[in-house]
Amino acid sequence: MKAFFLPSLKLTIILIVLLAGIYPLAIAGIGKFAPGHGDGETVTYNGRVVGFANIGQKFTKDKYFWSRPSAANYQADAGSGTNKGPSNPDYLKTVSAAIDTFLKHNPTVTRSQIPAELVTSSGSGLDPDLSPAGAQIQVARIAKVRNISADKINSLIAANTEKPLLGLFGPAKVNVLKLNVALDEMK
Amino acid sequence: MNTEYIGIIFMYLATVALAIPLGKYIAKVFKGEHTWLDFMAPVERFIFKIAGIDPNREMNWKQHLKALLTINVIWLFYAFFCLLFQSHLPLNPDGNPNQSPDLAFNTALSFLTNTNLQDYSGESLATYFTQHFVFMFLHFVSAATGLAAMMVVFKAMKDKITDKLGNFWDFFLKSITRVLLPISFVVAIILAFNGTPTSYKGKVAVIGLQGDTVHVSRGPVAAMVAIKQVGSNGGGWFGVNSAHPLENPNYLTNIVENISIILIPIALVFALGYYLNKRKLALVIFGVMTIGFLAMLYPSVNAEVGGNPAIAHMGISQPGGSMEGKEVRFGAAASAYWGITTTVTSNGSVNSMHDSMMPVSGMAQMFDMMINAFYGGVGVGFLNFYIFIIIAVFISGLMVGRTPEFMGRKIEAREMKIASLIALLHPFVILVGTAIATYVLVHFAGAAWATKPSAWLNNPGFHGFSEMLYQYTSSAANNGSGYAGLTANNIFWNVSTGLVIFISRFLPIIGPVAIAGILANKKFVPESAGTLKTDTGTFGVMVLAVIVIVAALAFFPALTLGPIAEHFSIK
Repeated sequence: MKAFFLPSLKLTIILIVLLAGIYPLAIAGIGKFAPGHGDGETVTYNGRVVGFANIGQKFTKDKYFWSRPSAANYQADAGSGTNKGPSNPDYLKTVSAAIDTFLKHNPTVTRSQIPAELVTSSGSGLDPDLSPAGAQIQVARIAKVRNISADKINSLIAANTEKPLLGLFGPAKVNVLKLNVALDEMK
Repeated sequence: MNTEYIGIIFMYLATVALAIPLGKYIAKVFKGEHTWLDFMAPVERFIFKIAGIDPNREMNWKQHLKALLTINVIWLFYAFFCLLFQSHLPLNPDGNPNQSPDLAFNTALSFLTNTNLQDYSGESLATYFTQHFVFMFLHFVSAATGLAAMMVVFKAMKDKITDKLGNFWDFFLKSITRVLLPISFVVAIILAFNGTPTSYKGKVAVIGLQGDTVHVSRGPVAAMVAIKQVGSNGGGWFGVNSAHPLENPNYLTNIVENISIILIPIALVFALGYYLNKRKLALVIFGVMTIGFLAMLYPSVNAEVGGNPAIAHMGISQPGGSMEGKEVRFGAAASAYWGITTTVTSNGSVNSMHDSMMPVSGMAQMFDMMINAFYGGVGVGFLNFYIFIIIAVFISGLMVGRTPEFMGRKIEAREMKIASLIALLHPFVILVGTAIATYVLVHFAGAAWATKPSAWLNNPGFHGFSEMLYQYTSSAANNGSGYAGLTANNIFWNVSTGLVIFISRFLPIIGPVAIAGILANKKFVPESAGTLKTDTGTFGVMVLAVIVIVAALAFFPALTLGPIAEHFSIK
């Protein structure tokens, strides 16, 4: 083993410099030219930074589109899922309670219309998106609170819907923060 | 829903389309032929010169293993001490504390061995220094270790009666400079331009639209995530791994990261064909692996897209499938696809929480890791498969009454003993580990430890048992994904899984290298009419049968107590 020790040590030191020093610095340099300059892309409203485009936020007020439930309460320095198994009775009770809460705030909605994502938590606890259906189901409530026509809000959702990649791959989605900013900007 | 299916079919086809030329390229690199990355040659010469290494000195299999183990021991101590004292080291803008000794033990072993079981969350228990100088460094070198070990076996299969199996340092360094680093570089740039942070700034407080203040963790994430995917490592920057919207911002990055998971493992199968000039053998191996992969993929996608029956029972609709623990931007199909790709390889990164998946998916994922050779990890996946081949050759030789020969060498008692021990080691550590944990949980539930055993599990019943089984399976497969509900950051789990990880990494590397080295020294028997052909569909079926029998017999009882029982109890 002795014959291998010194070469191993020297090789280790050189590779630390190359792989942990030079490589990420090069990526950081290139990242300066990316949207957000490598610091993360932000969203502004009235000249104030109101969040990161990719990080979901808690929206619980009736005048906003709600985000999905979050096991991390949308604390973006401690993201987490519930990690509850599909057969866990306590978990199923929380889902049931979330359905009841949603129905209470959205009296015009029937139970079978609620898409599951609105009553289940995401893996990161920071999911920034809803499916278009998850947004549309909230339109009646928001229209009533804000006193705007439902059509206007629906066209807002359509404008903010991101289609599948190249129209082919993956689900369509709506960024909740951007949608809510657009909602506030409407007035 | 259709676009979700098209998405995963595209991902698989694109991976294979990329893997074939990549395999050809890798074979060229290690044959010493010219490639378009030859401009790295001066860099390699420079590195060898400073390190005082002669890359042309041929080694036998024992010298290879000595070199491999020596440098791994150095990395282990380096990683362990960095973790213990990380708060005193630079690049710690968030002021994160040191890791406790048992956590540092587990984490160091875990990253050293390409496992990346993460009993901590990167946001709060790792500094930027640790993430780059320990984790990302180990991401590269642990993957390169696997590749180099695999190259020794390739070389031993290629040459006739030889002790000269190439130079370990040469295999090792070229794995980094010619394969891992260039691919990671490309992946990191794609991630950076799609929203994954690259800067060294610390976390930032933001007042949201509704008025709540949140702190957003970030850092130079993109560089690390790239090699984490490419090197079948899986240890992510953030606690929730590639489910985190900064680590995996959109469907495009998801495609790129998911292709990266299985790209090299599939490419290496083709590389074998090009390197040995035995393309038919490579196709047989690829066929067996693909059948195993698809057999696990189909039920899992079906279960996730179908949704949770218990939630369907509440009368709401699940147009997107089972969404607990999943992200809207990926959807159920791509989450299930990732779950299978990450467990057939020894990657272990996740883009959804496996703990919340349907029991059918949980069973498929565990079965993947119990076999650990359908594509498998970078380098080591083939080593595992090699063991199954040796056993299959031996058994089929006995069945048809021919001398068991593989690549022109007789397989005899000594090789078979090593192969059997390695094949049995895997079920042994998984089942014994789970049995001990279950025993402790039942008999010492209230023990006055920092974390009482009664507080280990996040779910009751069958699913709780699955959490423990999954943890040991993932450790033994050097996978690193987890049922994250398990409270694993305490002495019992840190130490027990740390030991399992360690044993299950180095013995399955030593075994195949030893077998290949011993075989290479034997007399070469030219193929004749009496030779059992290994590049035929019949032999492929034989290997598949050996795999299924070894795994099914060993693991079926444990799976019955966990995911199978849960599946039948969900209403």
